[in-house]
Amino acid sequence: MAVRTFIEAIREGLRDEMRRDAAVIVLGEDVGKKGGVFFATDGLWAEFGDDRVIDTPLTESMIAGVSVGAAANGLRPVAEIQFADFIFPAMNQIIAEAARIRYRSNGTFGCPITIRAPFGAGVHGALYHSQSVEAFFAHVPGLKVVIPSTPYDAKGLLRSAIRDPDPVIFLEHKKLYRSVRGEVPEGEYTVPLGRATVTREGSRVTLVTYGLMVHHALDAAGRVAGEGIETEVVDLRTIRPLDAATVLASVRKTGKCLVVHEDNRFGGFGAEVAALVAEEAFDYLDGPVARLAAPESPAAPYADSLEEAFLITPEKIAAAIRTLAAY
Amino acid sequence: MTNSGAPTRPDPVARSGLPATRLLEIYRLMALARALDERAWILNRSGRVHFVISGQGHEGAEAGICAALTPGRDWLLPYYRSMAAVLAFGMTPREVMLLQFGKADDPGSGGRQMPSHYGGAAYRIFTGSSPVGTQVLHAAGIALASKLRGEAQVTTVMMGEGASNQGDVHEALNFAGIHRLPMVLLIENNGYAISVPAEKEIAVRDLAVRAAGYNMPGVIVDGTDVLGCYLAMRDAVARALAGAGPTFIEAKVTRLTGHSSDDQQTKYRTPDDLEAGRGLDPLPAFRDELRAAGLLDAAAEAAIAADVRGQVDDATDFAEAAADPDPATLLRHVYAEPDASGTVPPRPGGGPA
Repeated sequence: MAVRTFIEAIREGLRDEMRRDAAVIVLGEDVGKKGGVFFATDGLWAEFGDDRVIDTPLTESMIAGVSVGAAANGLRPVAEIQFADFIFPAMNQIIAEAARIRYRSNGTFGCPITIRAPFGAGVHGALYHSQSVEAFFAHVPGLKVVIPSTPYDAKGLLRSAIRDPDPVIFLEHKKLYRSVRGEVPEGEYTVPLGRATVTREGSRVTLVTYGLMVHHALDAAGRVAGEGIETEVVDLRTIRPLDAATVLASVRKTGKCLVVHEDNRFGGFGAEVAALVAEEAFDYLDGPVARLAAPESPAAPYADSLEEAFLITPEKIAAAIRTLAAY
Repeated sequence: MTNSGAPTRPDPVARSGLPATRLLEIYRLMALARALDERAWILNRSGRVHFVISGQGHEGAEAGICAALTPGRDWLLPYYRSMAAVLAFGMTPREVMLLQFGKADDPGSGGRQMPSHYGGAAYRIFTGSSPVGTQVLHAAGIALASKLRGEAQVTTVMMGEGASNQGDVHEALNFAGIHRLPMVLLIENNGYAISVPAEKEIAVRDLAVRAAGYNMPGVIVDGTDVLGCYLAMRDAVARALAGAGPTFIEAKVTRLTGHSSDDQQTKYRTPDDLEAGRGLDPLPAFRDELRAAGLLDAAAEAAIAADVRGQVDDATDFAEAAADPDPATLLRHVYAEPDASGTVPPRPGGGPA
């Protein structure tokens, strides 16, 4: 099986879907000749041309809103927002429009669009090239929110997102793009939306996370394993819809739950997981549901010293596991 | 132009190239839109519907514009004053009233949307929202799909001059201009964004001058001149179908009612202003024009009035007696629903079936 970086898997997923379905188009800033600022769309313009790979003006609301309309008239748009930090001008189009097209039309119109956006810190991107935005979108009925952690899942989930009849926010942690490699099949396969996976089995603590943090969690789990703490790592892969069954099955086994994300803590996705566990698995818990998340600064600052202080690291995760396991 | 202005216009058949029967259909449509709208206010004031938002005064521009379009082929993105336009695209008075009453069989939303938030997949009327101006981006997307497929299809999007100030409108027109999309924007400029007068919402007198910034023609039409609106739109449609790109049409219209049933416009408009506004009513203007041309006599006018009254009564009774949405359907259609076999049916595009 071929080994691919995360970004190569994304690119192959886009290319394969465009080859499979002539209705799939890609639009966004610099997605054409340049191939995107991270090269996620590199080569697509050469293969599919101006009609299907559209360089847009610097207008995020337009990128989302035109996608909504194009989808209504038979296309399958895959929009790229250059950085998740720039998605806010498109919030009304995503939340008040895309997410409600099906509901407000009583099922007579759909909105099969995929909006990809690189997110996350750790690449010296500072306040406006580092933010985690998933909690905003996970709150919205009508949206699906996907955050893959491996090249295999990235390609398989992207294909599912593009084929999905509803709007999907597809968030790619930019630090994964070139730092993570993995086996990716050449042929047809998909990974279903809404299914978590247990990446490492363990008996003492359940660690629920997604995206880049899965890798940090596995690193941390390896560190504490030598101390006799066996950590089970649940990679959510899709945060809306949330695979509650997989989370709850794991917590019922371990009795402890730690949620880790790089998005800030207050009102973050970890709160939803914590509430789920408290409501549905309370009798199985023998410790508080814990959260490890970014500090309450608006985003990651630029200077190395500040960014390092902001970041979630394997060391911080290992410490959180030890604290929880001690209950 | 006032009611007495009609005789100054040339013969309507010769001017428009439309047969007399078609002109009478346009008049009937305007009269029907007006009567349905007036009925909605009565229903509101008598406590039978929660809310009304009105198109009275806008019917002439919309009816003239839509007369140049081809329902079934073309797309419409209306707004909450587009009663005449949605009727022109095929929505029935019963369907309009089902939406007004919020009933289960409202074809656009099944009772989920406020009145006048039109939609109808069967008529290629795209579903709309309440934040103004968002629909022009959807229009650009629909028109982009038509262009990429090489499909002869025109997308028309309507909004007020208040909405025209939104950033989405700028983003959409710029994109439409770049890609020469087969699209027409109709701004219905009634001079007020709820209570805010034009001089406080628009830095120029004529919105149509903005079109130059998007490399498209900007055309000003008089909303009391139904056939002038038609002729401008006929040109715009020809341009769109020829691949020559979008057109920006500004219709100067009058808002005969308050913004909505929750607005009292005497609070912010002077009696003189209101009186002048009533003088710009397109319905008597077009009626007088047809009368002066000998196309509409008293008997024909009475027959149309009786037909309209009957349709409005029928639609009101039908919709009021129709079933409310079942509370058990509250959570339907948040996401695509699986069919009986458990799989989500493929709906490429999700547009009209």
